[in-house]
Amino acid sequence: MQNSLDPAAPLLEVRGISKSFGAVHALQEVDFTLRAGEIHALLGENGAGKSTLIKVVTGVFPRDAGIVRIGGEEIAPRSAKAALAAGIATVYQEVNLLPNLSVAQNLFLDRQPMRFGIVREGEMRRRAKALLADFGLDIDVAAPLGSYSVAIQHVTAIARAVDLSARVLILDEPTASLDRHEVEILFRIMRQLAKRGIGIVFVSHFLDQVYEISHRITVLRNGRLVGERETASLPRLELIRLMLGRELAETTSARASAGEHKAREVCVSFENFGKAGYVAPFNLELRHGEVVGLAGLLGSGRTETARLVFGAERADRGQARVEGAPVRLQSPRDGVRHGFGYCPEERKTEGIVAELTVRENIVLALQAKRGLHRPLSRREQDEIARRYVKMLDIRPADPERPVGLLSGGNQQKVLLARWLATSPRLLVLDEPTRGIDVGAHAEIIRLIRELCDDGLSLLVISSELDEIVTYSDRVVVLRDRAHIEELAGEAIDVGNILAAIAADSVAVALEAHT
Amino acid sequence: MRGLPPVLITTIVLVAGFAACAMQFPNIASTRVVGNLLTDNAFLGIVAVGMTFVIISGGIDLSVGSVIGFTTVFVALAIERWGVPPLIAFVAILALSAAFGAAMGAVIHVFDLPPFIVTLAGMFLARGASFLLSTESVPITAPVYSTVSDFALRMPGGGRLTAIAIIMLVIVIGGALLLHLTRFGANVYALGGSRATASLMGVAVGKMTVKIYMLSSLLAGIAGIVFSFYTSAGYSLSAVGVELDTIAAVVIGGTLLTGGQGSVIGTFLGVLIQGMIQTYINFDGTLSSWWTKIATGVLLFAFIALQQALVALARRPAAKREGAAT
Ligand SMILES: Nc1ncnc2c1ncn2[C@@H]1O[C@H](COP(=O)(O)OP(=O)(O)OP(=O)(O)O)[C@@H](O)[C@H]1O
Ligand SMILES: [Mg+2]
Repeated sequence: MQNSLDPAAPLLEVRGISKSFGAVHALQEVDFTLRAGEIHALLGENGAGKSTLIKVVTGVFPRDAGIVRIGGEEIAPRSAKAALAAGIATVYQEVNLLPNLSVAQNLFLDRQPMRFGIVREGEMRRRAKALLADFGLDIDVAAPLGSYSVAIQHVTAIARAVDLSARVLILDEPTASLDRHEVEILFRIMRQLAKRGIGIVFVSHFLDQVYEISHRITVLRNGRLVGERETASLPRLELIRLMLGRELAETTSARASAGEHKAREVCVSFENFGKAGYVAPFNLELRHGEVVGLAGLLGSGRTETARLVFGAERADRGQARVEGAPVRLQSPRDGVRHGFGYCPEERKTEGIVAELTVRENIVLALQAKRGLHRPLSRREQDEIARRYVKMLDIRPADPERPVGLLSGGNQQKVLLARWLATSPRLLVLDEPTRGIDVGAHAEIIRLIRELCDDGLSLLVISSELDEIVTYSDRVVVLRDRAHIEELAGEAIDVGNILAAIAADSVAVALEAHT
Repeated sequence: MRGLPPVLITTIVLVAGFAACAMQFPNIASTRVVGNLLTDNAFLGIVAVGMTFVIISGGIDLSVGSVIGFTTVFVALAIERWGVPPLIAFVAILALSAAFGAAMGAVIHVFDLPPFIVTLAGMFLARGASFLLSTESVPITAPVYSTVSDFALRMPGGGRLTAIAIIMLVIVIGGALLLHLTRFGANVYALGGSRATASLMGVAVGKMTVKIYMLSSLLAGIAGIVFSFYTSAGYSLSAVGVELDTIAAVVIGGTLLTGGQGSVIGTFLGVLIQGMIQTYINFDGTLSSWWTKIATGVLLFAFIALQQALVALARRPAAKREGAAT
């Protein structure tokens, strides 16, 4: 079949697609062409219309205008099911799986192996195991998906889409919650699929990954097509200019010298803090105006540390101190009372209230902190919302829009704004730049530095080692749910962090993933 | 595996309750009493199977009691007044109730309305229609009825497993197989997890919704026929409030009222628990039958509290699992 295909012939052709949501023109006459056997990156700022394009092409949203052809044949799917029947498998940006079903059921929903009208449970589990083994996962596929981490859920979603063996595979920010190792596995599989003649659309804000994997790039800006280029002949700066429509201000490492921070007071400290079976006891000190990065592989205990520090999980040993005074941290409420803020990684389940407006989401934590008997006046709310919408460049800049209607990256910004609005003394950020575009990315890093200059302490989790190195004053490295090393000052660089993670041997890191 | 812990708790409640009853009234532990219990609750067991599907899919069906009432009146009139052969009357009413359920499902899906509202309207509609047909009780004297009522399998110990109890058991087993072993069943759970997500994963959400409510109404129709066998009459006021007993049985059986989890077996146990309470009150003789409602209420409350606790536990971070994966 592959031979009969002209490699240059378009597999998926999208012509003149337009889509409006009320007054918002999410897409205006967008063209997009995907060839068989190519990996095509779809890029653009947050809110540029990438996810909308995908949803329109796959029939989740009806389109206002335009046509879609696959293999030369015009299609007009009206549901994800119909798109699948036409040969398009998609992993949407929101991890679209069902936490109440088993992993195996999720992988094979609506296409279970059957005999005499009965699902062959054993066969299904066997296949599910084999499928996940390709992705380096060895888990109990009979357990409910919801009992696994976001990363595992995401891998499951990808594995499902890959296994649908469609002609076109669309992945909307598939790597957003994966770590390096899983990304490598995904890329290997994507390359294999492309070799078999499948066309792959890949959305990501990680430009390194785009350059590593894609053959061609299509860029959207404000719902319009700005260009389609060969990846090899598109310099990175040019790409960024296409995406933003302007130059990106340089981000420089603005790390204060270690000596300067030594002089400052300790803001929050944890002694021998931990919880059995969750995170081994650790000592952690955060000074005013200091950024501490948490680095480690997925499942190494980074998020767990963050939850303990905030009080979302109850420590069973150790002592927390705020400005030197011992405090109890039993619940998130305690955390908020002591001036802690926590921006979780799973924004959909733990953070954003999709039905509420941007304004209501932003003032949520502040209101909770003030208590219900001291409501914020509408004027104050408007004022706060306007300030943060401007500061973080949340688009569209309409505080009265329900957050659920914002693009993924803009939702992330709203969550950040919520905690900033409480003027916390310690802010814990779990993967703050996931799903955020290059422009806003630089903006957030700048903001992190600025906040610190105002005396805020930050604990930041990130899988982007380059990023952690840019803004951290100290970096704590975790492995196997224990804090194993702390780097400071000149010692902070990507090589040292990697060395610490893999200290015992590479085998440890690998073992953790197979 | 899905929903096992709550089912386990239901089982324990049933066994412990039964043991306690048997301690006080040793006669309760006889096949005679158990046989009667199954017969008395046959219609409830049948609708509850349909309700289980609806609730697991994230919906609710308030119309079932009225559909039972309508069915009894329709069947009685068809056989006694219009001279329709009973079998034809049964087929006609089942087709009618299935169509009624399908229509409710279609309205829920197409207009994206809350099932609560749509089936509430359905409840008034079906009840109203049965009043239109007849406001008085219509006795059924057809020979089939006495034949079926007399039929029973003898159980050791002198108990009788009646035809309608057998119908109920067959439907419970069939329902359990449908829910747990088929693609349709898996899709029911998927809908309960999240309609939007299920749709993105390629489940035909609209068709599923129609089929689920169709199944529920169809089973309510069968329950109505069974009820007419049980009472040998058709009456427009029969089975008032049965939808609530049904929902109670489903929830006591460990099905999550918000959808996504549950089992038919649990529902069956829930029906038995309600029947057991009723039996106890009958044996006691001094208690008003309203005590059944009170006891059911208390149990219901306990189960919902328990489920919330379990859900809260399940929501806790995936620490253990993630550990298992590394
Ligand atoms: N269901 C909806 N209703 C109204 N507006 C919407 C809806 N979905 C998206 N939008 C708007 O359409 C625009 C494009 O959003 P889209 O989700 O496609 O962005 P994106 O390029 O995927 O961004 P990101 O990188 O942040 O995921 C945004 O302005 C968004 O607010
Ligand atoms: Mg998007």
